[in-house]
Amino acid sequence: MAQTVRLSRPATLDSLPELIGFILDEARAGGFPPERLSGLELAAEEALVNVASYAYPAGPGMVSVECRSEGGMFRLDIRDQGQPFDPTRAHAPDLSQDVEERGVGGLGVFFIKRFMDQVSYRREDQSNILSLEARLASP
Amino acid sequence: MELSAKKDQGVVVMSVKGRMDAVTAPEFEKGFDPYISGGDRKFVADLAGLEYISSAGLRSILSTAKKIKAVNGQIVFASLSGMVKEVFDISGFGSMFEIYPTVNEAVAKL
Repeated sequence: MAQTVRLSRPATLDSLPELIGFILDEARAGGFPPERLSGLELAAEEALVNVASYAYPAGPGMVSVECRSEGGMFRLDIRDQGQPFDPTRAHAPDLSQDVEERGVGGLGVFFIKRFMDQVSYRREDQSNILSLEARLASP
Repeated sequence: MELSAKKDQGVVVMSVKGRMDAVTAPEFEKGFDPYISGGDRKFVADLAGLEYISSAGLRSILSTAKKIKAVNGQIVFASLSGMVKEVFDISGFGSMFEIYPTVNEAVAKL
């Protein structure tokens, strides 16, 4: 039977290594394709950095990650109780600018969408919940 | 992340090992600062040992490149592989910067 595992930590950059390590361990245990693990790691980092940077402007808060491998999919839910923010509606970055004009705003969400098979957001119980899903079998 | 620099024909070759993530990426920019302020203007970032990069890493690279450009210097990149190459390609960094297969080729072009 599929099992859901969960880890909560303060939403700071200091928590990133532990949270990402936890996610990758669960993904490996669930049979995640090794060659796509760095893409999952990237998507998870970008999502968690967004929470650490923007969710709690007024002070520290928590972020939790929840992993589940079921029905051929690996699912990662990232939950915070910060201000409402739907990253799936962020603007796409302009990838054609040169060095002077170029910023990197928007690239994180772009990477999340690019490396995961499904990305969805919902606001529920005063929480932001970002769900990232990836197929366990390589296409 | 580990940085090591050596000079080759007037070019600073900065070799990057490990990971450029949200925690470690600022070290990249700091590593170039003494060379830029010391008057060096030609740089190769050797990414052969770089295993992972996120948007925080790209941000650090971009801000380093802007600093170097502001003093009329030049930075090119060498030896990208795996997910680092993929992230450069899909982010547009691969076309924004000059990328060479080897450090020797990069040094020769500067």
